[in-house]
Amino acid sequence: MIDPIAAGALLRVEGVGVRFGGIVALDGVSFDVEAGRIVGLIGPNGAGKTTLFNCLSRLYECGSGDILFNGVSLLQVPKHGIAALGIGRTFQNLALFRTMTVLDNIMVGHHCRTHSGFFVNSLRLPAVTHEERATLEKAKSLVRFLGLEAVAGARVADLPFGTQKRVELARALAAEPKLLLLDEPASGLNHEEVGDLGTLIKEIRDRFGLTVLLVEHHMSLVMSISDRVVALNFGRKIAEGTPAEVQAHPEVIQAYLGGAH
Amino acid sequence: MSRRQIILVAALVLAAGAIPFLVSDYRTFQFTLTLVYAIALLGLNLLTGYNGQISLGHGAFYAIGAYTAAILMDQYGMPYWATLPFAALVCLVAGFLFGLPALRLEGLYLALATFALGVSLPALLKYHHLEKWTGGVQGIVINKPDPPFGLPINPDQWLYLFTLAVAVLMFVLAWNLLRGRIGRAMIAIRDQHIAAEAMGINTAMVKSLAFGVSAMYTGVAGALGAIAIQYVAPDSFNIFVSIVFLVGIVIGGLASISGAIYGALFIQFVPNIADEISRAAPWAIFGVFLLVFVYLMPMGVAGAVRMALARLARKAQNRSQST
Repeated sequence: MIDPIAAGALLRVEGVGVRFGGIVALDGVSFDVEAGRIVGLIGPNGAGKTTLFNCLSRLYECGSGDILFNGVSLLQVPKHGIAALGIGRTFQNLALFRTMTVLDNIMVGHHCRTHSGFFVNSLRLPAVTHEERATLEKAKSLVRFLGLEAVAGARVADLPFGTQKRVELARALAAEPKLLLLDEPASGLNHEEVGDLGTLIKEIRDRFGLTVLLVEHHMSLVMSISDRVVALNFGRKIAEGTPAEVQAHPEVIQAYLGGAH
Repeated sequence: MSRRQIILVAALVLAAGAIPFLVSDYRTFQFTLTLVYAIALLGLNLLTGYNGQISLGHGAFYAIGAYTAAILMDQYGMPYWATLPFAALVCLVAGFLFGLPALRLEGLYLALATFALGVSLPALLKYHHLEKWTGGVQGIVINKPDPPFGLPINPDQWLYLFTLAVAVLMFVLAWNLLRGRIGRAMIAIRDQHIAAEAMGINTAMVKSLAFGVSAMYTGVAGALGAIAIQYVAPDSFNIFVSIVFLVGIVIGGLASISGAIYGALFIQFVPNIADEISRAAPWAIFGVFLLVFVYLMPMGVAGAVRMALARLARKAQNRSQST
């Protein structure tokens, strides 16, 4: 499933810099994400974590540096081509298709794995029926996996926040990603839900054989599930290593607790 | 769609097919126009209701379709039915090309750009270098088609049945388009375009093609309208046509296929009813109708029908449980 010879790193971030006017949001950030790992990206508010995510999904242009996925530079790929390469994501403040049902939202996630266009769809040729059936099966299996059966036909906008987060996760998985980007998956969840989420992320990694990069403020979650952690502050990488190493790093402690230590 | 729904729709189509044999020729003509408007409204609803792109200029595509049919019949002696694919193709291309630059515009700005299109087209049709084809201010008169194969019906009845057949075809194609991958992509773009792109939807392509297909529908409607009215002239395609289409999809129900039919009935018959109520101020009466509809049915007629059916189903369920 995962090619171990692929230069080790599935994702290579190389000296990425982003500026908004005079503000430096990211300043020469580099790190690697190895296939099959769960990597946590931490840092105080405004450290540049979401900016980096948005570079990965091409919502922002990098001013400098490069991002390689499986050896291919993402900077040459159009925004809508990222999903087909194998990068799926969830959003910090939810970005679901609000008027659509849970099932339809997840089916949209499979868009990048299907190909039928306007013409064949309007004629509903057998190829379309076939593709639709496969998409529906895929979506239904994810509904079962994430325990969304009871709400599959409901409009997502009518569902509680925690459920909507699971729908977003299912939608991202429907794209069959190799790399899953999770932007604050624990935000807005209660204590119990956060515990379940940690188990779920690991299960997803093992079951679908994918790699996870997550931005998260919830330290105990990040430290308990991550194989490696990258810490950012003011747009720069200040530490990288195992959770224990990063937690003990003086610059990380300083970034989180201020100059007192 | 369930088996029952398919039977229901088939029954409705058959009932619609009986209309010209039950009412006067003039009423039949009015129902022909209703079908024409239903196709046009379906086109606009694909764009505005389903894809979230507002158009205040769809009258322009209606006019382009009408003139394409009229010119082909008048100048090239083409049979009326053969002009429809040409009107469709011309409007598909025109809509797609207009949709490309429109990608940069959203909401009210897109409304203004399409308004500019709708408001300028009648002037273009009068342009004297084009007069050779368009007939200038005079317009073009075309002949009413006779029923084929010696069918024992009159031309009005035939035209109605022909329009009904085209309408059924266009509605089935739209229903197919909307219930699959492309329909989901169109709605996804309307609901959350950033996430849509992150899911791999080529939003620029889908939006431009949606514009093209929408214009194509409205263009086919324009061609059918020209054949039914047997006359095209620049002033029958003023900006008011575009605005009435927008009224039609909102009253009928945004993002609803059946809404196009309700909207078409509204824009065809409510002005007549208003005219009968008050010859002095028909538009005031029309305005009152509009307010009442919007107030009583904020989701359009289609939304109100959907809610009423749901309530009936719940009641039936409760009754079967209590007995």
